[in-house]
Amino acid sequence: MKFLSDKALHRLRDAGGERPGTQGNGADLPDLAGTRYALIERVARGGMGVVYAAKDERLDRRVALKVLDVEDGGGDLARRLLREAQVLARLEHPGIVPVHDVGTLQDGRVFYTMKFVEGRRLDKHLESVESVPDRLRLFLRICEAIAFAHARSVLHRDLKPANVMVGSFGEVLVLDWGLAKILTTPTSSATNDDPEATIVDAAPTMTGANEVTEGAATTAHGTVMGTPGYMSPEQARGDNERVDERSDIFSLGALLRFLLTRESPRTTPGAKSANALPDKSLEAICAKASATDRRARYASVTELSTDVSRYLDGLPISARRETLFDKTVRFYRRNSVAILLIAAYLAMRVLLLLISHR
Amino acid sequence: MNKILLGLLLGAVLGAIDGASAWFTPAVRAQLAGIIIGSTIKGLIAGIAIGFFARKVNSLFLGIVFGLAVGFVLAFLVAYMQHGYYPEIILPGSIVGMIVGYATQRYGTGSVAAPATH
Repeated sequence: MKFLSDKALHRLRDAGGERPGTQGNGADLPDLAGTRYALIERVARGGMGVVYAAKDERLDRRVALKVLDVEDGGGDLARRLLREAQVLARLEHPGIVPVHDVGTLQDGRVFYTMKFVEGRRLDKHLESVESVPDRLRLFLRICEAIAFAHARSVLHRDLKPANVMVGSFGEVLVLDWGLAKILTTPTSSATNDDPEATIVDAAPTMTGANEVTEGAATTAHGTVMGTPGYMSPEQARGDNERVDERSDIFSLGALLRFLLTRESPRTTPGAKSANALPDKSLEAICAKASATDRRARYASVTELSTDVSRYLDGLPISARRETLFDKTVRFYRRNSVAILLIAAYLAMRVLLLLISHR
Repeated sequence: MNKILLGLLLGAVLGAIDGASAWFTPAVRAQLAGIIIGSTIKGLIAGIAIGFFARKVNSLFLGIVFGLAVGFVLAFLVAYMQHGYYPEIILPGSIVGMIVGYATQRYGTGSVAAPATH
C-alpha cells in the first residue's frame, strides 16, 4: 500500500500544468486535505468520475472514493454524483456496494466513499468459472441485487460485466449506479428538486469515458445513456419515458448471454452470436429477457430469476414450450442417477436370471 | 419426508420387491414367503441405517457409497446364512442399498446441522 504525499501531489499537478483545485482538465488528482481520507491510488474511471483507493484515517480502513473528474459548469454533475450516493444509500443489500460517506473537497468537487471491493470484474472472474450451473448461480446473485433495487423503485440502466464485481470471498456486487433512475418518489424522505426524480435528465452526454454512450445522440426525451449491446432499444432511442424495470431486464438478458458465451453482445440488430448457447431453454430465457419489444420481456426480475432457477432444478420454464422429447430429456437429466441405478438393478437381475437358467 | 422414515419405507418396499424376484428362480420358489420376509427385514435395517447416515451427512455421493456398503454387508450376511447364492443376493442387495442411499439424500428432508440453542 503506497500513499501519495502532498508534495508528490503538487509535483504531479505541476507536471500536468494543473493547479490544485482546478477542474476541467479531467486528470487532476483530488486534494483530500480537510477530509478524513488519504489518497492511495487510482482504481478506475467511470462516466463522470474517477474512483480512487483511499484510506479512511479515522476508521483505519481502505475505502473507494469517487470524485467528479469532468467539467461541471452548472453543478449538474455534482448533483448527479450526490444523487448516485443517495441512491446507493437507500439500497442496503449484500449485492450492492454500500456507501459510507459523502462530502465536498476544498476545490468544491463532490465526492463519496464506499466499500472498497477487493475482487475481479465479472468478465475476468468468468475465466475461472467453467460450469454453466455455477455461472447461472452467479447470474442469480446479480438478479437478487437488481430485484431489490427495483423493489426500491431504482433502475440501474447500465448493467454490464464491467459493473459487476466478484469479491475474493465469492460475494457478487453490482457497481456503478451513476446512471440509476428512481422510478417514483417515495413519500418519505422526499428531497428531490427534480420533478421527474431521475438523475439523468439534467446530465450532459458523456463521451470517451467507460464506453458510456453510443453516438452521443440526444432526443426530445433526453440523453442516450447506457452501453451498446447491453442497453435496451428504448434506452438506445433516448426514450426515457419508456425506460422501466424491463430495460434492466433487457440488460440482464444480454448479461446472461455474455455469462454463457463469454461473447459481448452484438450491437447490430438481428446479428447472430458466434457462440451458441449450451441449451435451447437458456436460449429461450435470453431471448425473452432481451426481446426488442419490451412487452414480450419478463415482467419482473423475479420472473426471470425464477425461470433460471427452474432451469437449474431441471423444471420446465415459462419462456419455452417443451415437446415430449424435451420433457423426456429433462426428466432423464433431472433423475439420471436414479434411472441409472434402477437400470443397473434390472440389468443385474436379468443377467443373474439368464445365468441361473443355463 | 423425514430421511429415516423414507429410508425405512423405501428399504422395506425395495427389499420386498427384491425378495419377490426370487420367484424367477424355480429352485427357491417354495421358500418365496420366507425370502420376501427376510429381504424386507434386511431392507428395513439397511433403510434405517442409511436414513440415519443421510441425516448426519449431506452428500449425494457419500450417501450412495454408504448405501452400497450397508447393502453389501447385510446381503453378504444373508447369503452367508443361506450357505450360497452369493451373487444372486449380494449384487442386487448392494444396488438396492445404493438406490436407498440416493433417495434419502435427494428426496429426504431434515436438517444436517443441529438446531441453534440459546
